[in-house]
Amino acid sequence: MKSLTEDHRMVKKIQSKKRKRISFGQIVVWTSALLTVGIALAIVGIIFWKGIPYLTPSLFAWTYTSDNVSLMPALVNTLLMLVVSLSIALPVGVAGSVYLVEYAAPGNRFVHLVNLMVDTLAGIPSIVYGLFGALFFVQFFGMGLSLLAGALTLSIMVLPTIMKTTQEALREVPALYREGSYGLGAGKLRTITKIVLPAALPGILSGAILAAGRVFGESAALIFTAGTLAQVAGSVTDSARTMAVHLYALSQEGLFLNETYASAAVLIVVVLLMNGLASWLAKKAERRREHG
Amino acid sequence: MSAWKENGAKRMFQMAAGMAVVAVFMICGFLFANGLPAIHEIGWLNFLFGQVWRPGAEQFGIFPMIVGTGVVTLGALVVGAPVGVLCAVFLVYYCPKQLQAPMKAIVNLMAGIPSVVYGFFGLVVLIPLLRHWTQTSGMSVLAAAILLGIMIVPTIISVSETALHAVPQTVYEGALALGATKDRAVFFTVLPAAGSGIFCAIVLGLGRAVGETMAIMMVAGNQAVLPNGLLGGVRTLTSNIAMEMGYAADLHRQALIGTAVVLFGMILAMNALMAWVKRRIAS
Repeated sequence: MKSLTEDHRMVKKIQSKKRKRISFGQIVVWTSALLTVGIALAIVGIIFWKGIPYLTPSLFAWTYTSDNVSLMPALVNTLLMLVVSLSIALPVGVAGSVYLVEYAAPGNRFVHLVNLMVDTLAGIPSIVYGLFGALFFVQFFGMGLSLLAGALTLSIMVLPTIMKTTQEALREVPALYREGSYGLGAGKLRTITKIVLPAALPGILSGAILAAGRVFGESAALIFTAGTLAQVAGSVTDSARTMAVHLYALSQEGLFLNETYASAAVLIVVVLLMNGLASWLAKKAERRREHG
Repeated sequence: MSAWKENGAKRMFQMAAGMAVVAVFMICGFLFANGLPAIHEIGWLNFLFGQVWRPGAEQFGIFPMIVGTGVVTLGALVVGAPVGVLCAVFLVYYCPKQLQAPMKAIVNLMAGIPSVVYGFFGLVVLIPLLRHWTQTSGMSVLAAAILLGIMIVPTIISVSETALHAVPQTVYEGALALGATKDRAVFFTVLPAAGSGIFCAIVLGLGRAVGETMAIMMVAGNQAVLPNGLLGGVRTLTSNIAMEMGYAADLHRQALIGTAVVLFGMILAMNALMAWVKRRIAS
């Protein structure tokens, strides 16, 4: 009897030893994970720590002067840019995705071609978009450095994001919904607008917000299309400096380091809010699918 | 009436889908129509392999920038790829359950930070550190490679994670059943099985690194010469365009568009490589 408990104890001892020993693989992966987390937190931490104390009212003054380096015009311009570019890209992207998922036969060559082009668009560097926008919208169409030229350039740039997420959202709408709608006598168009699109809405919205995050963070594509004028754009033909471009301009000037930190902090917060909202909506869409 | 409406809607949706194709053709068309004549005028060899970029003297050799892009991208891969892949392994096989959600949130945060913010961070943190340690200006290949390496980590993590999840659980369990330790099972059976997916992750990271502009421009020094070592300044293809586009005219301007053509070609080649690997996975 005694020997049995001893054996048992022995086994436990060996097991606990085995559990405690840290393997080489563990060390390596934990180090990389900690490094990644450390760097991410360092970037955000340093910018917040140095920037937040300088979020003064003058930084949010309506007009920019070289004394207050207000970020307000840039913030307003960014919102305008967002509205204009998404109101171009969203209808086109959603309608295109509806065709690819709802109308085209699977394995269709046109679908294959469009998706190949969407992947190509997703891979084009933003500076190439900027160059194209400068040649095409600014010069060829004579729009000049303007909000409209920038928004049109960005609308092409975010098209792949919108089309990919929308296609996914549409595919995840159960076939049962469509069949039910047809069974009740609705036509194809009515089924799409009244049944399929509303069901896919959270997924589509999360794609739109991802696209918005890109608009907020973009600088290279905007400098040569929307220009760098630090004033609230009065119309779509005015040059408009967005937040990211503003941050670039400030850090190149290098004169207002504290205000630059503060502007960077604001930019990070806005982008994080956008991404948080997108993933919250995506999660909500997923829950709805599970329960629906 | 109803049939007319249905058909009209279908045509409209189809046209919208075609916009992506139109956009790619327009971008290609405009770049090539403006860039190729300039490259031809300068001479293909002079343009691609010329070592002097002096727009004032009508000398347009982009070889230093091609090398610059290559060196910086390679450096970014050396910095970012191992960390990214190991992080993905951590997330899938080693991460305690409670840590999974915060870890993913942090990776998403890294992916969401705009590139100007990375550039600013590099300018105010990385550059002073390098300046202090190396007694140089700090604006260098090394600074650009480190910063870019950090920037591509989230891309590599998320794609590798998907690749690791796609490996059947039986591969892992089979290795354990044969007496392999957890490390051996993960690193010698699962990781090779996910090989082509991880390759895709690295190529995607590469694509991001090649196309990145603002962050590199802020920390790389931007001298249009062949970089002399890790601590020398460097200019990439992307920053070459961004630096000079604002004031360039005539042949100079077209040479910049030619630079974009070369950049575009690189990206297309990488996309083709990815598509090829994906097709190999599928078959």
